[in-house]
Order: sequence, then structure tokens, then C-alpha cells
Amino acid sequence: MKDSLGSVQSVLVLGGGSDIALATVRLLVADRTRKVILAARAPERLAGVMAELRCAGAQTVEAVAFDADAIDSHDRLIDDIFDRHGDMDMVLIAFGRLGDQASMLENHQEAAGLIHTNFTGSVSVLLAVARRLRTQGHGSLVVLSSVAAERVRRSNFIYGSSKAGLDGFAQGLGEELTASAISLLVVRPGMVHTKMTKGMKSVPFATTPEKVAAAIVAGVRRNARIVWVPAPLRGVMFVLRHLPTPLFRRLDL
Amino acid sequence: MVEVVRGLTGWGRTAPTMARVGSVTSAESVAEILRARPVRGVIARGLGRAYGDAAQNAGGTVLDMTSLGKIHDLDLRNGRITVDAGASLGDLIAVLVPLGWFLPVVPGTRHVTVGGAIASDIHGKNHHLEGSFCDHVRSFELVTPKGDQVTVTPETPAGIFAATAGGMGLTGVIVSASIDLLAIETAHMAVDTERAGDLEQVMARMTSGDADHRYSVAWIDCLAHGRQLGRSVLIRGDHAPARDAPDLRRRSASSAVSVARLAAPRWMPNGLLRHSTVAAFNEAYFRHAPTRELGRLQPLHGFFFPLDAMRDWNRMYGRQGFLQYQMVLPFGAEASLRMILERLSGAGAAACLAVLKRLGPGRGLLSFPTSGWTLALDLPATSDLVGLLDALDLLVANAGGRVYLSKDSRLRPELLSSMYPDLESWESVRQGLDPNRVMRSDLSRRLGLGTTAATQS
Repeated sequence: MKDSLGSVQSVLVLGGGSDIALATVRLLVADRTRKVILAARAPERLAGVMAELRCAGAQTVEAVAFDADAIDSHDRLIDDIFDRHGDMDMVLIAFGRLGDQASMLENHQEAAGLIHTNFTGSVSVLLAVARRLRTQGHGSLVVLSSVAAERVRRSNFIYGSSKAGLDGFAQGLGEELTASAISLLVVRPGMVHTKMTKGMKSVPFATTPEKVAAAIVAGVRRNARIVWVPAPLRGVMFVLRHLPTPLFRRLDL
Repeated sequence: MVEVVRGLTGWGRTAPTMARVGSVTSAESVAEILRARPVRGVIARGLGRAYGDAAQNAGGTVLDMTSLGKIHDLDLRNGRITVDAGASLGDLIAVLVPLGWFLPVVPGTRHVTVGGAIASDIHGKNHHLEGSFCDHVRSFELVTPKGDQVTVTPETPAGIFAATAGGMGLTGVIVSASIDLLAIETAHMAVDTERAGDLEQVMARMTSGDADHRYSVAWIDCLAHGRQLGRSVLIRGDHAPARDAPDLRRRSASSAVSVARLAAPRWMPNGLLRHSTVAAFNEAYFRHAPTRELGRLQPLHGFFFPLDAMRDWNRMYGRQGFLQYQMVLPFGAEASLRMILERLSGAGAAACLAVLKRLGPGRGLLSFPTSGWTLALDLPATSDLVGLLDALDLLVANAGGRVYLSKDSRLRPELLSSMYPDLESWESVRQGLDPNRVMRSDLSRRLGLGTTAATQS
């Protein structure tokens, strides 16, 4: 159960292999989370992480296969996890593909595939999870969005738009779930230095998985609805969103 | 029973969860519900004064017992009342005081049900002499998780009484109880008040003088530091005899029960009670208290239930809510008590309404009171408390003390067995009564009470 100060005892991560997910889970286990389920594309690669979490004090650690694209498999997967492991205090949606913008511009199927994974896959699994959280009468959902939710930038607008769509969906779902005592936190990081963004040109207000993880844990404690990482990005994006297009274009983001 | 899905919290207004809440109007309906084994279990709920998650059950059933409030029998010669578990202590006092009787143990608020008083095994300002609520309960009727109604006394085999006293509702549903009463002559208290400049002073005065007074409590300033660490206002009282209150209306019921005219607004901002404001209040309260005053006459309700003067005072903490931290340290562990006060004031924790009392020996297997010093304080539910309170828990556990489960909302399950050495015995009684885990609450889930590690729901 989540306690009065927002500490959770169990966490399910969809996208369990991502850097942000692992940084978050490490923080949670260092507190009092003792049950960790990592749902990932390649669960076999998580053996090292699982051993680390067990050493850090987690009593139940499991990695299961999760395919964001296989919409039809989501109900079965989520039901299996909840049936076997009981209540999940926190569920973190941390998967997403960056894709290759230049390639996707030429290949609409590739682009559609990215949207399917990042947006449709997330919508599907979020609704499957929400159903179980409502049954268990409590829970905290965390959705990794992006600053792109405020204004998509030209250099990766296909990825950005998938996050913008997910952000809107998550906000609506959060409102829907309020009456069910389930909280939903939308996390909007700027560019995060992870294995997904390796080699990319850095931008101002870039951040790290550890900082995003800290913001997630703090946001869940406070029952926040939206957190920006780093926090000043909220003001920055507010300005950028209202910047006239000719000026925004000049920023060459 | 009609069930409505509602969000529930404790008095601290934290960690809400949804449950199917139904109002109970008969003991028979309780048995029916338990026999049906609702999905995700059942827990009984009284007036919701547990600070944490003891009377809520995420995704399960919660039985609102407050409509089950009839007095079955009132023996005015021997001083005994038999009453439904949903009756509030306030309701009982309103009936009893005009008749010259009082409850032997009352907590800091009268808005607590009889069932809750037993399940939390509440204590008052007189534990050092009179023990806890359950020490004055002759018997109670318990609907067991298997759906049978049994009369339980301290002599009942298999330790059912000891497991239910302070058992947090996890041994079944209490539907009525028979309680011994205290004879009184007036509706007033004779109160001695004195200021103590620091922790040593207040502890010394309580140790030497407590036996001379029925009721004793110290309001303690948890923000004071340095030489003033633990400065307190020590308040001790006895029921005023008839000769000391000749011109006051004898046993006037209105002295005992006042309707709270003041109510906290529905919405308050977070952070109203913070270090600076609490420090200012504490300074004013300490200075305002008499250095030494003896024998002042005070009405019952003002002495026992000062907080009841404002309805819904818990709203003062805003949406973030608050928590209460109450622990007991055995006599001999005074150094740990000092360390705890040092940590609290050092961390700048906005600890409000802190009280210090002395407790005598206790009985129930999971019951909180045990001989020693108990400190209780309210704290706004801010995230910076996690490390501080975890550290205090460790200090308490290592010193042989424990935290009060009826106030708790964030204790780690690992510490429970060291704090409650009778936990294993309690679990085996509970297992015998409830092999199918019908009784479940958010507290039991969080602390792993009555659950196996694998199935945490």
C-alpha cells in the first residue's frame, strides 16, 4: 500500500529496461518497495538488474515479456501480473521508441509503427492497468511524457507528436480516475541522456535518468499531476509555446 | 445491506482508497456478510478517528458500524453498561454523567465508537493507574470471520480477548460490549497545572507526582531546543467531589457534552501549520500557562476533550493532510526520549499538539500501551518526514518501544515484530479465527498483518 507520505511497497514498470525506469526502481527499493515487476521487450537482459535489486532489499523481483505493439496481449499480461503478484501500488509507463526521423519521413509505415508503439500501445496498456487499479481500490500511475507535449519541435516531430498525444490521453485518464482514488502523474522531461538518446546533440535543460527518477518519486509523494524535469522547463516551455512561429523556427530546435 | 463505493481516509486525511461501504443495522447482518466472504475482505469502521489506514479497505468492503448504537442495559447500582459497538463514547457520556457515572478510560476525543475503543485498546490520561479501555470491558460480543457470534471475556480460551483488544478489527467484528463504569459526584474536574522548564523537570514531576492524581498529561513543546528541550505544561486532575463544587449544578450533562460551535472551514491551504506558526503558538501557549496553579475547577469536556471544541479540526492541515506519530519507550530509556526530541527539534519538524504521558503495564497481544513514556505529536504530511520518522522508528524499536498502530500511517513492516514481541502469538490466534483472511484492512496490507508475503491483497 502507498502510505501517508507516498512511499510505495510495490511497482510494475512497463518498459522495464529503460534507463529512467531503472533509476526510478532503484530509488523506490532504497526506500521501502519490496516487490518489483519489470515488463520489458527483452526480459532476459535484465538478470543483472534483478540481482542488484534483490541485493538492495527487494523481496520479489520478476521480469516478464511485454510487447507494446501486441495490443491483444495486454489484458492477458496485466491480469497475469496482478493475479500472481497481488496489488501494485505504482505502475510506471516508461517505454517508447525514438525512431529515425529522416527515415520515417520517407517511410510512412515506419512512422505509423512508431506512433502505434508509443501512443496506441501506451493507451492500450494504460487502460488495461487502470481497470485492475480500479478493482484494487488504490494505485498511482506514472506516465513518461515529454516537453514535446507543450510544443513539438521540428527535429523529431514524429516522436514528439506521439508523446504529445500520450500526454493528452494521460491527462484525461487522470481526471477520469480521480473519482476512483487513483492518482496519475504525467512526467515531462526535457531531453534525457539515456541509451535511447546516445549520440544526439545535447540541448539546454537536458537532464539525467536519475534526476527524472527523483522527480517521479517526489511527484508520487505529493500526488502531483504534472512534473517537469528540470522544473524550470515549465516556465521555459510556457514561453516557447506562445512564441510566434517565425521566432520559434529561428531557434532551429 | 446497501453498499456505496466511497473514498475513505483516516483522521489524517492521507492515502485515500476506495471501498464498498455499507451501514450495519443488526448483528445478524454482520454474520451474513462475513460468511459471504466479500472480495478483498471486510473491515469494520467506527467514527474514523484512527489517524492512518486502520479502518479502510481498498477494493473491499467496509462496515459502517455507527448506526448500531443502542444501549441494551444500564446497571446503575453496580455501574455497568451493555451497549452496541457503534455507540460513541460521547453518546454514552451524555447519558451517564447526569446519572453520576463516567467511563473509566476516555481518549482525547469523545467521537470514538465502543468497537473502535476496543479494537484500538485506547488509553487516556490515567493509564498509569487505571490501564486501558479493555481493562474495564467485562465482555464483548464478537462476530467471528467464520460468521459465528461469540461472547468473549478475558477467560475465553484461545486468547480471543487478548487478540481482539488492540487487534485493529482483524479478529472479527465487535457488535456489542459490557463495560464497567466509574462513579462520579460532579461534572467537574479539580485541575493542577504547572510549567516545567525542560524535559528532566517534567519527567521528574510526573514520576514523583503521578500516583497522587488520577489523570496526568504534559503538553510538550517539541520545537523547544537547547536548555529548553522538552519544556512542558503539566496538567493533572481528579474528579471534583461534591463538596468542592457546591454552587455548581451537580452532574449537569451540559458540562460534560458541549456542542462544538466552531468548525474548521472546508478548504484550508497547505502549510498553515508549519514550523514558524507552530513555534509561535507553542511560545504563546507555554507563556499563557500558569507557572503553578492548584485545584482549578474545569468542566469535564474542557479537561478531557479540548480538541472536540472545533469540528473537523483535521482540515486545518489542508489537502496534504497530516499524520500523528505516537510511540512509547520503556522506563529506563529516557535517553532515547531525549534523542527523539532533539531529532524533532533539530529537523525543524512542525510538531503540533505534542503530549507526554506515563503508561503502566499493558495486556493485549497487539495492544499499544506498555510501561513507559509515551509521546504523541501531529505532523503535516510533508515528504521531508520520511527519513526523520524512519529514523525515529529505529530508535524506538532499538530501545524496546513501539509505535501505536491506531495512529500509524507509514511504519515499515520490517519493524513490526521487534516492536510487538507478541506478534507471532497474535498471528496464530488470528489464523485460528480467520483462516480465510476475511478480515482485511489497508493497515493489514501495508504491515503484512495476517498475510503471507506472496499474496499481498
